[in-house]
Amino acid sequence: MTNYIIRRLLHMIPTLILISMVSFVVIQAPPGDMLTSRLAELAEQGELGSESAMAQIGALRERYGLNDPIYVQYIHWIWKIVSKGDFGQSFTYEMDVMELLAERLGLTLTLTLSTLIFTWIVAIPIGIYSATRQYSIGDYGFTFLGFIGLATPNFLLALVIMFIQVAVFEAESVGGLLSPEYIGAAWTWAKFIDLLKHIWVPIIVIGTGSTAGIIRIMRGNLLDILGQQHIQTGRAKGLKEGKVIVKYGVRIAINPLVSRLGLELPNLLSGAVVTGIVLGLPTAGPIFLTALTSQDMYLAGAFLLLAATFLLIGNLLADILLAWLDPRIRYE
Amino acid sequence: MSSIVETPPDEREETLVEENTTTATYSQRQLIWRRFKKHRAGVIGGCVVIFLYICVFLGEFLSPHDPAHRYYDYVHLPAQRIHIFSQDGIHWPFVYGIKKSFDLQTGVKTYTEDASVRYPIYPFARGAQYTFYGLFTTDIHLFGTGKDNPMFLLGTDRFGRDMLSRIIAGGRISLTIGLLAVFISLTLGSTLGVISGYYGGNIDNIIQRIIELIFAFPSIPILMALSAILPPEWPSHLVFMGIVTVLALVGWGGLAREIRGKTLSIRESDFVLAARVAGARDRRIIFRHLLPSMFSHIIVIATLAIPGFILGESTLSFLGLGIKPPMTSWGLLLSDAMNIHSLSLYPWLLIPGVCIIIAVLAFNFLGDGLRDAADPYSSR
Repeated sequence: MTNYIIRRLLHMIPTLILISMVSFVVIQAPPGDMLTSRLAELAEQGELGSESAMAQIGALRERYGLNDPIYVQYIHWIWKIVSKGDFGQSFTYEMDVMELLAERLGLTLTLTLSTLIFTWIVAIPIGIYSATRQYSIGDYGFTFLGFIGLATPNFLLALVIMFIQVAVFEAESVGGLLSPEYIGAAWTWAKFIDLLKHIWVPIIVIGTGSTAGIIRIMRGNLLDILGQQHIQTGRAKGLKEGKVIVKYGVRIAINPLVSRLGLELPNLLSGAVVTGIVLGLPTAGPIFLTALTSQDMYLAGAFLLLAATFLLIGNLLADILLAWLDPRIRYE
Repeated sequence: MSSIVETPPDEREETLVEENTTTATYSQRQLIWRRFKKHRAGVIGGCVVIFLYICVFLGEFLSPHDPAHRYYDYVHLPAQRIHIFSQDGIHWPFVYGIKKSFDLQTGVKTYTEDASVRYPIYPFARGAQYTFYGLFTTDIHLFGTGKDNPMFLLGTDRFGRDMLSRIIAGGRISLTIGLLAVFISLTLGSTLGVISGYYGGNIDNIIQRIIELIFAFPSIPILMALSAILPPEWPSHLVFMGIVTVLALVGWGGLAREIRGKTLSIRESDFVLAARVAGARDRRIIFRHLLPSMFSHIIVIATLAIPGFILGESTLSFLGLGIKPPMTSWGLLLSDAMNIHSLSLYPWLLIPGVCIIIAVLAFNFLGDGLRDAADPYSSR
């Protein structure tokens, strides 16, 4: 097992290098650079062409290494990240990228993982229900809801829930993760309760699609397994039906879901980005969008790189979990 | 393949029961069609898809107004109701005129029906002039109340543009993008997938690593980053092509993987071996044997991939990184509803979202039905 983990970790290194290159190229590709917008700003103020302005731009160019060829810029960038954990400066926010992203990225990941837990807690019981009562009204109802859930884009669901909150429940503060009075306040019990009151909205928005998918897979898997012989054996032995389903059925039906974790995580993270933007959450989503529109390359690149790294680690953990859960898997 | 004629299994059973009847034989195409017809959701999905494409194809003829025309007198008008009855009795279906009132104290604009004016809705009414695909110019619309008479069945947006007409115009873009993106990514995906599966070895390894690299990124953020590359000064038709390319570039990996798997499973089958023994070159085997025999599966994969592209485009456009005006799409239309203020006051701005859900559902059902039908020899 340790061997397997070490091998997988070594495998990650070339992938990580490729990921960092793609992140860098994607962010470098827009025509012009972040100083183009600064130039436009200066031109508006009528200061373009003045000697001091040009000197200022030149100094900035030098400082950010914008005159170097692209591979030199890349090596500088990646070396600073690896050696010092320094992702560079955000141009628009005039802050350290890491300082800016750390808390927001943390919140994004917390949101993603809470949603993951939520989807499993909701979807697995429903999947079991649907499989054991195939073609019942409840089964049809959940199947129908599942189709709708898969067909609704995250941003639309966020809009609909906001609309319902305002139109039906006449909520005063909509969106965000905290009521205005708690933002910036120290963590108290009341603040935590307030957080719980807000966080269910993004969790439902991000999780609905995945939940629908998991229900579908769980139902199908369990139906397949319930037709197998070891289930019949269990029943013939006189085991209770509940025990047959949980220990003989669900136990096996869950394995494919674990192997799908690696596919589920990117979707959830994508959802967290979009939902963060629509609901105005203090997550990485809104900052990433601003970074893209203002060509704040270090910020956008850092987010892409960190998101992909997170997914890689998530994938690895999912594989280890699966190997640990399913004794049939060999790690050769 | 279509020359293979075989008795379908269920037909055989029937002939066992009813003796002395002639055995019916079906071509594979007929078998697929028979199986598909049994899948009710698939048939309904297929009908809805065809209906949607006819609607957006007829575009200007169906929409009562010019989608770009701004009726400044009717900004944010709620959907009008079609009436048949008035105080005077029964009429041809009509809409009432609109009375605008302005509350000076609250500053709220309200629209009420003006019962004194009736605008009957006639078929083939005259309205805004348009050119139908550059073929001919006309001003006849499927239905309407005559030029510049108000009839806004789904309300208007913040510039007083007719929502119904804009939804049709947006649907044309959204549904076309889905088709184009799937076409490009399918060309890329099936070529690389077949090569990957057929040759194996190093080529396979490289292609699989590239796909892994694409999958390493979360899809929406990488789509956002790639669309942000498109130069902001590009006109909207170039942006349209750009978005299609971006979607296809990110989306081909999944298709390639499925087609690779399919290739692996039939690579060693008799007809491929026979072709190889007969001296056919790799190119001939791939294009004349492997790809045609997977054709029905490729269609299924393509159908099930379209919803993803439609959702991707709508998300990008919604976030302001996709289609840009004067073009419009369902996602871009929804971006008007982004702030909670307009959302609560003008809920009809959410209607394009209903269209997205319907289109995605229809494609999913159609794809499910086709998947069942694609393999007509399997018993269900």
